[in-house]
Amino acid sequence: MMGFISYLVNGISLGSVYAIIALGYTMVYGIAKMLNFAHGDVIMVGGFVVFTTMSGAGLPPLISILISMLACTALGVLIERIAYKPLRGASKLAVLITAIGVSYFLQNMALLIFGSNTKSFTSVVNMEPISLADGAIIISGETIVTVLTCIVIMVALTSFIKYSKSGRAMLAVSEDSGAAQLMGVNVNATIALTFAIGSALAAIAGVLLCSSYPALTPYTGAMPGIKAFVAAVFGGIGSIPGAFIGGILLGIIEILGKAYISSQLADAIVFAVLIIVLLVKPTGLLGKQIQEKV
Amino acid sequence: MKKKALCLLLACAMTFSLAACGSNGGDAPAADSTEAESDATGDDAAAGDDAETPAASDGAVFKIGGIGPTTGGASIYGIAVQRGMEIAVEEINAAGGINGVQIELNFQDDEHDPEKSVNAYNTLKDWGMQVLVGSVTSNPCIAVVEKSHEDNIFQLTPSGTAEKCVQYDNAFRMCFSDPNQGLESAKYIGENSLASKVAVIYDSSDPYSVGIYDAFRAEAANQNIEIVFDAAFTADNKTDFSTAVSGAKSAGAELLYMPFYYAEASLVLAECKKQSYEPVFFGVDGMDGILTVENFDASLAEGLMYMAPFVANSDDEQVKSFVTKYQEKHNEIPNQFAADAYDCVYVVKAAMEAAGVTADMDASAICDAMVGAMTGLTYDGITGKGISWEASGEPNKAPLIVQIKDGEGTAL
Repeated sequence: MMGFISYLVNGISLGSVYAIIALGYTMVYGIAKMLNFAHGDVIMVGGFVVFTTMSGAGLPPLISILISMLACTALGVLIERIAYKPLRGASKLAVLITAIGVSYFLQNMALLIFGSNTKSFTSVVNMEPISLADGAIIISGETIVTVLTCIVIMVALTSFIKYSKSGRAMLAVSEDSGAAQLMGVNVNATIALTFAIGSALAAIAGVLLCSSYPALTPYTGAMPGIKAFVAAVFGGIGSIPGAFIGGILLGIIEILGKAYISSQLADAIVFAVLIIVLLVKPTGLLGKQIQEKV
Repeated sequence: MKKKALCLLLACAMTFSLAACGSNGGDAPAADSTEAESDATGDDAAAGDDAETPAASDGAVFKIGGIGPTTGGASIYGIAVQRGMEIAVEEINAAGGINGVQIELNFQDDEHDPEKSVNAYNTLKDWGMQVLVGSVTSNPCIAVVEKSHEDNIFQLTPSGTAEKCVQYDNAFRMCFSDPNQGLESAKYIGENSLASKVAVIYDSSDPYSVGIYDAFRAEAANQNIEIVFDAAFTADNKTDFSTAVSGAKSAGAELLYMPFYYAEASLVLAECKKQSYEPVFFGVDGMDGILTVENFDASLAEGLMYMAPFVANSDDEQVKSFVTKYQEKHNEIPNQFAADAYDCVYVVKAAMEAAGVTADMDASAICDAMVGAMTGLTYDGITGKGISWEASGEPNKAPLIVQIKDGEGTAL
């Protein structure tokens, strides 16, 4: 029983990292209706910015995180402007391929600048782990901070979209960008804002990912990015609470699968669960069923 | 229109900054090789030429090819091998070459991908390669050895540890084989009674790790070592080790055997600390380099033991000279891959001299002569003294056990 609870805690810890990445994915997909496969690599850039400013230049963690958020926001807007905006009218497939191209571009840029050597990331969380039941269950500070950050971001994003003017513009663009434009919404500015917010979230996700799993390489973001994409689809892509629930569930399934079924089959189990969920509920757990009008 | 022009300008700026990084970063050969690879059909010799070979034009050179991942996830190994080879080639050329003939080196990137490795091999063959040093990683090496066997080109891999890397007569290796390492580490643990209950974490997607673990398991039975827990991870799922560490901890293992590379090991060690689990840590040669992980908390690795052919802080003169040169050039301490590669070039030189080959011989004749000479060779290098080779391609050399004490690797 203690073992089960401890695995559950590990699962939530891993899941919260997926969740925070999935929030960025789902946000960009929900508004711009495009899969930003470079999201995972923006996370890696965020990690590297914090690494160089904190461990390299010796700045306090909070300042480095702020710098990293600014850098990632700029990067996100720049990527959108250069790579995605010219393709606004092109087919979905062209944008998707471009996103994959951007992802490789960022990885190889990081490889050239920082080299391929693994860097050990110093955790930004300075909090004693909580030890329950005589050390049988240990909840690390990183887990607590990641889950809390996730919830805060989720609530903040939801209320931003619901109540602020630019948030409602986002909703309008996501429902029908053509009509929104006719109503006087600046579609390009709205999408740029979406990328700015998504990329700032990526910076936070990068810091928390590297704090929990402290090995930083140019490829750090790639796999968690894909897993988080799966989490976003699992929870219903486009839905903010869905990303959170999808991420946490994915983490728990992965860890329990590893612990009780087979450590080699963990990924197969995760993806099998995804397939089953999509068969039963094609829009994901919390996805909206939108009727296509012909 | 204006905006479009701006976009174009920015895109150009990004591309140029990338190109600039390439030439400034000292990785120019890597950039060249990707270029050459995309056009595997033709005469890309010029693209791969290294600047340090003055005699390149008149044909009186030995053409040595190298293959390894200089980009991608395994690039740390390929880059190290390329640098190690470059230093050896420079030294040999400065000292007058092999039998008075200069060496020309062409190193191609394979991104740790068997298919690309074969492409790189074909590019090198078109260039006129006479001897191959590579591939650096096991899977690509297994693919390339099939081709080099067909063409009868002499192949020496610095670091392809899988058994099949040297399955043909034309192929030899500089490093230990996987089964050899598994066997030796089980013996060491048993003979020094380090532990009786052992947990193993291994990478089931990597033949290197699986090969070592299989041999370790077989020998463990003879050494009265009980494997109380094992857990696998894969290349796509190697960030979270919490389950594996909890399992090893609750199974009561006194020693954690880690037959994989140090990048993952740094995560495992951090996770063990998180769960306050303190077994004896024992790794294999992939662990070499853990202290070079930037910003790594060396206290995590305190007491860690691993097998290695090469210790950078050794007192040996040859090692010292190599480490100094490498540090001057690249500002980092060379790992064992660089050392193996450096030795490889010297072994090629020794075998060529023993076989009495000349630059005008074709690759196949050179191969036959060198294969004959290899088994009679005794080589003193930086990864071991008195190394000799079996006809099977395996080297005979003694492994070192290194332990990390006070943040430094010391040979036991």
